[in-house]
Amino acid sequence: MSLCNMAISELHELLRKKKISSLEITTQYLNRIKQTDDKINSFITVLEEDAVNHAIEADKIISKNDDFSALTGIPVGIKDLISTKDVRTTCGSKILHNYSPPYDATVIRKLKENNAVIVGKLNMDEFAMGSSTETSYFGATKNPWDTDRIPGGSSGGCASSVAARQCAASLGSDTGGSIRQPAACCGVVGFKPTYGRVSRFGLIAFASSLDQIGTFSIDTRDCAIMLNAVCGHDPADSTSAKLKVPDFTKALVNDVRGMRIGIPREYFIEGIDAEVLKAVNDSIELYRKLGATIVDIDLPHTKYAVAVYYIIATAEASSNLARYDGVKYGYRAKDANDLLDMYCKTRTQGFGAEVKRRIMLGTYVLSSGYYDAYYLRAQKVRTLITKDFRDAFEKCDVILTPTAPTAAFKIGEKTSDPLQMYLSDIFTISANLAGICGASIPCGFTSDGLPVGLQLLAKHFDESLIIQAAHTFEQNTDYHKKLPDLG
Amino acid sequence: MEFEAVIGLEVHAQMLTDSKIFCGCSTKFGNEPNENTCMVCLGLPGALPVLNKKVVEYAMKVAIATDCKVAPLSIFARKNYFYPDLPKGYQISQYELPIAEHGRISIDLDGKKKVIGITRIHMEEDAGKLIHEGVGEDTDCSYVDLNRACVPLIEIVSEPDIRTPKEAALYLKKLRQILVYLEICDGNMEEGSLRCDANVSVRPVGQEKFGTRAELKNMNSFKFIEKALEYEIKRQIHTINNGEEIVQETRLFDTSKGVTISMRSKEEAHDYRYFPDPDLVPLLIDDAWYNEVKATICELPDDKIQRFVTQYKIPEYDAEVLSSTKQLADYYEETVKHTDDTKMASNWIMGDILRELKNDNIEIDACPVSPKMLAEMIKLIKDGTISSKIAKTVFEEMYRSKKMPDAIVREKGLVQVTDSGAIENMIDDVIAANPNQYEQYKAGKDRLFGFFVGQVMKLSKGKANPKLVNELLKKKLT
Amino acid sequence: MKITKEEVEYVAKLARMYLSKEEAKMFTGQLDKILDYINLLNELDVNDVQPTSQSVSKRNVLRKDTADNTFKKEESLKNAPSQDKGFFKVPKVIE
Repeated sequence: MSLCNMAISELHELLRKKKISSLEITTQYLNRIKQTDDKINSFITVLEEDAVNHAIEADKIISKNDDFSALTGIPVGIKDLISTKDVRTTCGSKILHNYSPPYDATVIRKLKENNAVIVGKLNMDEFAMGSSTETSYFGATKNPWDTDRIPGGSSGGCASSVAARQCAASLGSDTGGSIRQPAACCGVVGFKPTYGRVSRFGLIAFASSLDQIGTFSIDTRDCAIMLNAVCGHDPADSTSAKLKVPDFTKALVNDVRGMRIGIPREYFIEGIDAEVLKAVNDSIELYRKLGATIVDIDLPHTKYAVAVYYIIATAEASSNLARYDGVKYGYRAKDANDLLDMYCKTRTQGFGAEVKRRIMLGTYVLSSGYYDAYYLRAQKVRTLITKDFRDAFEKCDVILTPTAPTAAFKIGEKTSDPLQMYLSDIFTISANLAGICGASIPCGFTSDGLPVGLQLLAKHFDESLIIQAAHTFEQNTDYHKKLPDLG
Repeated sequence: MEFEAVIGLEVHAQMLTDSKIFCGCSTKFGNEPNENTCMVCLGLPGALPVLNKKVVEYAMKVAIATDCKVAPLSIFARKNYFYPDLPKGYQISQYELPIAEHGRISIDLDGKKKVIGITRIHMEEDAGKLIHEGVGEDTDCSYVDLNRACVPLIEIVSEPDIRTPKEAALYLKKLRQILVYLEICDGNMEEGSLRCDANVSVRPVGQEKFGTRAELKNMNSFKFIEKALEYEIKRQIHTINNGEEIVQETRLFDTSKGVTISMRSKEEAHDYRYFPDPDLVPLLIDDAWYNEVKATICELPDDKIQRFVTQYKIPEYDAEVLSSTKQLADYYEETVKHTDDTKMASNWIMGDILRELKNDNIEIDACPVSPKMLAEMIKLIKDGTISSKIAKTVFEEMYRSKKMPDAIVREKGLVQVTDSGAIENMIDDVIAANPNQYEQYKAGKDRLFGFFVGQVMKLSKGKANPKLVNELLKKKLT
Repeated sequence: MKITKEEVEYVAKLARMYLSKEEAKMFTGQLDKILDYINLLNELDVNDVQPTSQSVSKRNVLRKDTADNTFKKEESLKNAPSQDKGFFKVPKVIE
């Protein structure tokens, strides 16, 4: 019996019935990581000893208790930009390769309170800057469905590890699509909650006004379980929403009758892969058949989203990444002549090319004389994009689009052309600019056997609607049940 | 050509809060290096700031006290630059939409009021401290202590309304007095709780347009500010008279040499790339909150002076001295609760009390003579129990022993002699003992009258009522 | 607008990074292409539009002024690349 292929909900049932122990589950997952990770490189750090100890702890709780949380004893992985106390947290960068935070992020504290077992820290594009997980200092992560291809990014390790069943679920972050796009590439459920729904405290910032922690799981039920554990107000994060969090498992209802699903025509553009388009159109038809009302909507400023994003995200990043200066933590270059030389050498040697490119762009758009032309203008267009969604959600409950224009591309295919790489986020970026919630769920496969993702978006704090739509889709399809064969 | 200076001051005041502006670390001074630090003020990856409410209220108080308009909506911005004392690589400050703007402070310039405009007030975090010497063996290194990082500051920027170094010092003293009155800053310039930078330029008298300005830094006392400004103004005038151009630059005051030195060598283009801090949300100050804070503001020096003049009928000069600190003013008011002679109370406080405190280098709070004791002593003077002269003795004893004045008078037998018979007897004794002087006086040497007063007072050990002595002596000697 | 090599070098200096000649050339080309794409925004009239810097509408998130040091000193210094006597150590700063 391979426990690794089971959903969290199934494992929880077995734990409750005392048929298995967390130690057994955890051991199987750790073995799976050992067997598979040299093929796909999902992990930067595997926490074998810690995981075993936490599993033993979880088993104690399970033995004393009949009513334990749904994540008790469940092995999960964490994107390596979420701070874990005394566990190296690198952000996929040389500049933090030796950094071990003295504190836990709020979401880690919550996972620990839920007695989840953290099996390791997952690979990612350096500082979450990328769409392919090729820019990590710790090497590229590969797509478990085809190891010549990228797993998407920046949370590539989160997606590949869940798809390859190296952990039951994972926590990642989404700044412009970094959860949804890799989830699509790897054929798993990726959920980006509303901005403010999950505390960012302890999440290493890329672009603070866009970053949001979210989940990867094998299905929508597991997604709801993960969201239940990590959502909620945090006084340590000024932007965290002071709202009651619903029980997301209550939204696991197989029914979309009367639900208005909006199809934005701006997302069905030239350049979409034909097989992706077909899978998405089939999904629309399925929803229609299941009783949803399909409505056409307009998101007229969609074509500006990538430009707005690359101004705002890089501007914030240029400032967020100024703290990596070799003074308090992380990498410091040797043989510096003086302070300035130490700064410059540290940052020159510590950051990879993509990070430097974005720091440069962000510094430029904020610099004297360019602020109004770039940054301020981008903020204004952000207002227009936000308004597009507000108007659209007057007409529909959920918006349906492809997650990405193509399935996973080949490793190295876009590395020489940053702009082409940026454009692979074209369908996901707007949700971050507007702060709304969104998910990607598996909706088919290309003829090459690569997963295709369907993006569902809902207005602020309407996560439950997405869960309901996604769950219904799952109950009527079996794309999510297929697993990659890694041998 | 005659020149005038144009000066604007930027004052940074450290707020007296218990915790830092964006985290819960203690602001306590003198702890071990880096003891008062956490993920937020160390700028650890992933840490986020949360604004301290008290800092906002303190900034509002300063704004209200300086007649500023408090902004209904203000935001925080990041000021980006690299320095080892700045852990995040940016300082959280306010840029567009500061908490308050458009205020004023009036100064007293040789009896004339002059109003200095306040451009803006904003909140920000302090940087840490860099130590260059005396820490470790390694002389090629500087040492970073981040205890001060993230300690709350407010910056008060004046209009370029100041024309002389003296005005600058008066403005700063007044501002300091207000901050200390509000109990939001300890005002200590030497320790850096109050810091002042100045923008200085000169222009020919009568010219509208400002000259090119220099920014002066490192003036950590009132004395240095006046000296630095004096030097800088002379330097600029000299430069212009030599036909040279003033360079816009930052200059450091060298306290030992008394000159300002260009810092141009380190001056790279200042491009701070301000933008709204996405980690903090806007600050909304509604009428209710504004009024709530306003209600907690104590009476400010100017109002107090006016009230003292009208309520206690004391000269403006007295009122100013007594209002120099809130504690002194409170002391005075407590004293006059117990005595009607408001002027005599003022005289004693401004004279003997302030002198003694200065000698002992203590503040009014630590004065051994309580307002009640002082008032009691004044009562004894007023009802004739003791003379003003004896009062000096009583005061000294009171200051030394903290005993009540009537007890001192009783113990030492200092009650004033007002019995005419007793005084007449003493006069008789004095005349008898000084026959020569008596003859001379009789012969018309009037100024010996004082001699006889002195002798009688001496004989009475100072206790004889001086007025009576005078009257009776006049009678006896004629 | 076209970004020049000088601007690229200025920006690298502001951001405290060295660029090799090749990198400077590469970044100039790439950033120029990206900025060219970004100039797409110029076709919009945004004069009457308010800027958005956050997608939350929260106001006044404030904490009480209570002091509570959360770190032990060792924790503050544990990741320091160079430290001595409780201080972070950096190459000499000349003031």
